[in-house]
Amino acid sequence: MARIAGIDLPRNKRTVIALTYIYGIGRSTSEKICNKLSVPDERRIQDLTEDEIGRLREEIEKTGMPVEGDLRRVEGLSVKRLIEINCYRGQRHRRGLPTRGQRTKTNARTRRGRKRVTIANKKIAPSKG
Amino acid sequence: MSRSLKKGPFVHASLAKKIEDMNKKGEKRVIKTWSRASMIVPDMIGHTIAVYDGKKHRAVFVTEQMIGHRLGEFSKTREFRAHAGSGKTATRTETSDGK
Repeated sequence: MARIAGIDLPRNKRTVIALTYIYGIGRSTSEKICNKLSVPDERRIQDLTEDEIGRLREEIEKTGMPVEGDLRRVEGLSVKRLIEINCYRGQRHRRGLPTRGQRTKTNARTRRGRKRVTIANKKIAPSKG
Repeated sequence: MSRSLKKGPFVHASLAKKIEDMNKKGEKRVIKTWSRASMIVPDMIGHTIAVYDGKKHRAVFVTEQMIGHRLGEFSKTREFRAHAGSGKTATRTETSDGK
């Protein structure tokens, strides 16, 4: 059982891939970690030795880079700060709109949520809704 | 590409001078500025700067957390009233976009 940063890593995946299951670790960070610790990144998690898992855990949990809960908290705080100082990005966060100047005439569905059908559109597309 | 560190943060020369003068004299007065691109630096904390939004100067009270942001981020240039026919009639006031 390989448990790192409070989550279980999938045992039948390659190490590089498995590490990306941790929030805050993507492919490039994962590759860097494997290289640094010289853990063979193509080895499956279940085939790693206890020592290797220990080193991975040490590296991820103790290097100061926030992952999982800590990272989510850091993110939340920086959004809160933007909202509190009332800057443009904060206002966009408050309204749930994209903050980096993207168009909102169309698209921006990730920020704005599911599409809402207006009354005028209903006649054209009655199945959506 | 980010700005060279050697140059330090950009603050419009005349604005920087006014802030410096005020800090020397220890007075507090609203400064009007058109320089939305100026970075907020620690010297400005506690001052109120009226930043132009294209139509009027919006008062911005500078706090410590704002350092590193630019003045323009605190003075919005677009005022959203309401969409046409949304029930809430868009009233043209002094602050609305309009002509």
